[in-house]
Amino acid sequence: MYFQSMNDLLYMDGHGAFVWTAYAITIIVIAVILIAPLRRQRGFLRQLAGELRRQQGAASSPGDN
Amino acid sequence: MWSFFHKLGSPPWLYGISGSILRWLLPLTLLALTTGLVWGLLFTAPDFRQGNSYRIIYIHVPAAVVALAGYYVMALAGAVNLIWKMKMADVAMKAAAPIGAALTFIALLTGAIWGKPTWGTWWVWDARITSMLILLFLYLGVVALYEAFDNKEAAGKACAVLSLVGMVNIPIIYKSVDWWYSLHQPASIKFTGESTIDPSMLYPLLLMITAFYALFTCCLLMNMRAELLQRESRTNWVRKLARDGGRD
Repeated sequence: MYFQSMNDLLYMDGHGAFVWTAYAITIIVIAVILIAPLRRQRGFLRQLAGELRRQQGAASSPGDN
Repeated sequence: MWSFFHKLGSPPWLYGISGSILRWLLPLTLLALTTGLVWGLLFTAPDFRQGNSYRIIYIHVPAAVVALAGYYVMALAGAVNLIWKMKMADVAMKAAAPIGAALTFIALLTGAIWGKPTWGTWWVWDARITSMLILLFLYLGVVALYEAFDNKEAAGKACAVLSLVGMVNIPIIYKSVDWWYSLHQPASIKFTGESTIDPSMLYPLLLMITAFYALFTCCLLMNMRAELLQRESRTNWVRKLARDGGRD
């Protein structure tokens, strides 16, 4: 480890604010591009499953009555 | 060989194989990213001229490199779609655009943050930075153009043409630091000749570049999978997948 203390690490001789902001924004953007397709996929499959259930229900209900 | 291309055009096969690739590639990518970030932030010595601000290199350079590589992927997929009308190429192209935009955004933003303590300014309208901004607009343009068409096929064609025309920007980005006088420094890593970067800084940087390539691949596959499901929503394999609760 290069830094002597937690303060050194956060301050980075005055560059801390720049470095940490850059890293924080990068991590957020990476999280977004990783999570967005998974959410889209899961949401779509759930929606389709619901539609299929409803269709099945509509198809079978006239026969039940 | 031909049977491989044949399979590549089959959505259920592509969905299955990408799923099994992601199962090991995704954890590996996250591990490489974390290792590279910690290495660059905590375990490297500061640059003798730039001090600690140079640590931004470990995200700035990988993001910029892969943003450019991603453009090749997008334009190539567009060309394949135009020439051979391969549907999967269109899916790949649409999947690549938002990731490329995100990476270009990271490169520009971290560059601006790095510029402030190093050059004394957030932004200069020099060739490298301006051509990267154009790259961002090209990526966003493809994303927006897809949404502007109701007809998927017409959208795919228009986007393929846009990304192919946009290819002229790529050599300009590469050569901008050599052709024009600029605040931006030329490349430190060279394929031919000696690199002008210390090995202690080079190794974590190479790790991060690899990690960003892997990240791009993961995101590309995940976007393609989501797109495939929506395009194939009327087929039996997608319906079965939905009934089974999405497990493949």
